[in-house]
Amino acid sequence: MQITVTVNGTAYTEEVEPRLLLVHFLRQTLGLTGTHWGCDTSNCGTCVVWFDGKPVKSCTMLAAMADGHEIRTVEGLERDGALDPVQQGFMECHGLQCGFCTPGMMMTARSLLDTNPDPSDDEIREAISGQLCRCTGYENIVRAVRWAAEHPAQEEVTT
Amino acid sequence: MTVTEERPTVGFGSTLRKEDVRFVRGKGTYVDDVNLPGMLHGAMLRSPFAHARIVSIDTSAAEAHPGVKAVITGETLAGLNLAWMPTLSYDTQAVLATDKVRFQGQEVAFVIAEDHYSARDALELIEVEYEELPVVVDAKKALDADAPVIRDDKEEQSNNHIYDWEAGDKAATDEVFSSADVVVAEDILYPRTHPAPLETCGAVADMDKVTGKLTVWTTTQAPHAHRTVYALVAGLPEHKIRIISPDIGGGFGGKVGIYPGYVLAIVGSIVAGKPVKWVEDRSEHLMSTAFARDYHMRGEIAATRDGKILGLRVNTLADHGAFHSTAQPTKFPAGFFHVFTGSYDLQAAHCKVTAVYTNKAPGGVAYACSFRITEAVYLVERMVELLARELDMDPAELRMKNLLRPEQFPYTTPTGWEYDSGDYQKTLTKAMEMAGYQQLRAEQADRLRRREQGENVPLMGIGVSFFTEAVGAGPRKHMDILGLGMADGAELRVHPTGKAVLRISVQTQGQGHETTFAQIVGNELGLPTEDIEVVHGDTDQTPFGLGTYGSRSTPVSGAATAVVARKVRERARIVAAAMLEVSTDDLEWQENRWQVRGDPEKAKTIQEIALAAHSSLELPEGIEGHLDATTVYNPPNLTYPFGAYICVVDVDPDTGQVHLRRFIAVDDCGVRINPMIVEGQIHGGLADGVGMALMQVMAFDADGNHMGANFMDYLLPTAKECPSWELGETVTPSPHHPIGAKGVGESATVGSPAAIVNAVMDALKPYGVRHADMPLSPAAVWSAIQGRPLRTDLAIT
Repeated sequence: MQITVTVNGTAYTEEVEPRLLLVHFLRQTLGLTGTHWGCDTSNCGTCVVWFDGKPVKSCTMLAAMADGHEIRTVEGLERDGALDPVQQGFMECHGLQCGFCTPGMMMTARSLLDTNPDPSDDEIREAISGQLCRCTGYENIVRAVRWAAEHPAQEEVTT
Repeated sequence: MTVTEERPTVGFGSTLRKEDVRFVRGKGTYVDDVNLPGMLHGAMLRSPFAHARIVSIDTSAAEAHPGVKAVITGETLAGLNLAWMPTLSYDTQAVLATDKVRFQGQEVAFVIAEDHYSARDALELIEVEYEELPVVVDAKKALDADAPVIRDDKEEQSNNHIYDWEAGDKAATDEVFSSADVVVAEDILYPRTHPAPLETCGAVADMDKVTGKLTVWTTTQAPHAHRTVYALVAGLPEHKIRIISPDIGGGFGGKVGIYPGYVLAIVGSIVAGKPVKWVEDRSEHLMSTAFARDYHMRGEIAATRDGKILGLRVNTLADHGAFHSTAQPTKFPAGFFHVFTGSYDLQAAHCKVTAVYTNKAPGGVAYACSFRITEAVYLVERMVELLARELDMDPAELRMKNLLRPEQFPYTTPTGWEYDSGDYQKTLTKAMEMAGYQQLRAEQADRLRRREQGENVPLMGIGVSFFTEAVGAGPRKHMDILGLGMADGAELRVHPTGKAVLRISVQTQGQGHETTFAQIVGNELGLPTEDIEVVHGDTDQTPFGLGTYGSRSTPVSGAATAVVARKVRERARIVAAAMLEVSTDDLEWQENRWQVRGDPEKAKTIQEIALAAHSSLELPEGIEGHLDATTVYNPPNLTYPFGAYICVVDVDPDTGQVHLRRFIAVDDCGVRINPMIVEGQIHGGLADGVGMALMQVMAFDADGNHMGANFMDYLLPTAKECPSWELGETVTPSPHHPIGAKGVGESATVGSPAAIVNAVMDALKPYGVRHADMPLSPAAVWSAIQGRPLRTDLAIT
């Protein structure tokens, strides 16, 4: 079947098998390998991307379900060559080690901050509790998200 | 603790990680991100049974699938003499089963197809007829006379016994026990668990038929060892094998060994004439790759009535699964378990380990364990806790009384280890101060009073553990894996403009080698960290070495890096002397420059020297130009990091739910190269400890079915189960390491489970509960309170 999916602002029209998972569509069909796959059972969350502005686990969605919708991946976090504060926060606070869970964690964190710009540590832990990290013990992920909250991107100056 | 703000550009300190630049952009390259032109995809058919004879395999329907290129069975491999491969413990393991399957999830056939989905579809088309056999699930029954023999493929094997191994002086230990005031004994299980990195295992193999060069991108912590094993086993010429370990999504020991899937990707590429990718799914990973622990221990501790520990005795039954394939130095079949006397000054100790085959997956030492030290530390720290209970002493006080004293170092333990340095009381004191130990005890007493008055407040428990790790294997004389000595190489080249390339044998799986090792070079040469490129994980690009596991990167390769940088610095001295027209004896290394003694005006930086070294500057007779060096580092001893951990829990006795309220960790890993990274390593290990102590277990039912083969059943801690870690440090440098550093990667995994279990047992003291096995799930805690502790490794009712 043919689907058209907008990913990070670009529309892609592709022929896919109806059973193709969204994570495989992103990784294999479009070559966007920043989104990872980790568990099959929606537990680890390394595959989290945005679906019409909301974080979803792309291993548990079909590509066909994304037809006509907008997807945002880790490759779309950067804006005009500038890192998102969440990306900066993960670097500043050592919020990643092996980097495998990081894309999903950052997509969830960005979503959290968009709806709750000043979250408490408990709210950050709650937000990422559907995702697993095996390296950091979560401490520095929480700090990274808080760093991003404390360093919001400069508003664009409109003239 | 906060992340250290100071971020030096040269040398040690909490410099930001160089590797993060690609990771935060989604630009890492993991094995599954490698895609080659014409690449085919492999998928594995696995056994549904734990023990069964293979009657027949019919692959015809699978081969007829339009997307399928080839189906490989054990028979195919037998024709190539590849049906079996050697394990890291000198046993054999089936690549694909030929005679029978010996654990659920064992590899039976391999399909190669045009795409991943077709390969998986074709697995459904393979018909295998099995004849089920009785299974051995309970290690305690593996040596029963009527137990089925699992390894009947081995002529000499008439039962399920693998080895008996002993360490220490049995007679002296028995003597100490026979005259001791107090002896406490307990059966303690360290259940089977799994490292479960978020990236599963996989490989992309590409055999170039024209050049005969095999390139394998694979999830390995030890690329050079893999290359040599492939050369020895498959008869491939070693210089025609290139192993690339790209970005690795966590290893924790699970990516040390060679798995059948890797071999089959290689065979598949040879058979199909195209690159073949194989990446296992999560269930395959949990069911078939290296497990950890599975030690059934009987511990005994002897002491005087006033709390002087005299001796330790341990008998262990080790469940090794269907193939004896633990990864550890050859001379130590039970790994470093005989370090079990821990951090204490005692007179005698003895341990015996008996290993058996069962119908479970092979493996053995994976999961941040430093070769069985996790089991050893857990054993001794539980025994000391039980002794404190018996003597009615405070467990911190009992430890303080028996810890080795600073003047005893270097200290030789009753089982032969030579601890390099330590100041244990200082570290425990610091942890107790950070925790507010006495206030916590007062709060606990108050809780008990309130409960006695009928108030429904949770039980409170305080757990202490003190660990000594032994990391950085190891001296070549004593330590090898499959005959390969555990020394590691390093090569350093400074380019004319003063930028440097360091090539190392170890491979990061998240530990930040690209940053830390650049800092070591920078610290020796005065070069900015950003000016040093660290090349690793590619056997064509790096010197030989045994890889990253057992917390050995900093102790071995970090030392190699410091040594090679110092060699370059000495070379630079000769060039600087020529530049300044003085003798090398007139120069001293001051403020990151070679300087004429007493004349700071006359000095040369490494950048200036590098350019001169590549110029037409006349050098002394016999001195070659350029600025580079190589070295191989053979560690004189292991390094012995240590730490004191204190855990505070609240337990609801009505539900058995444990709430981990606080965790204080004071680590001493010698000199810290990058404190930010060190703290990150500790955080991760502490979370591992939470998982093992409270959540993670791989249990099996009566038929040998794996009850933890996905993340819905095998529970890993999330941000909600982990507290905000409270870290502290003391610094006792290693006297033999060039920069005084010790390994740290596994310390927290080793030290933390005992603190958590001790805390829960402390909370359950009013119920008379002495011991319950991990994981202390609500069910396990509740059952222990009811006086019916669970056997957590068996899902048999």
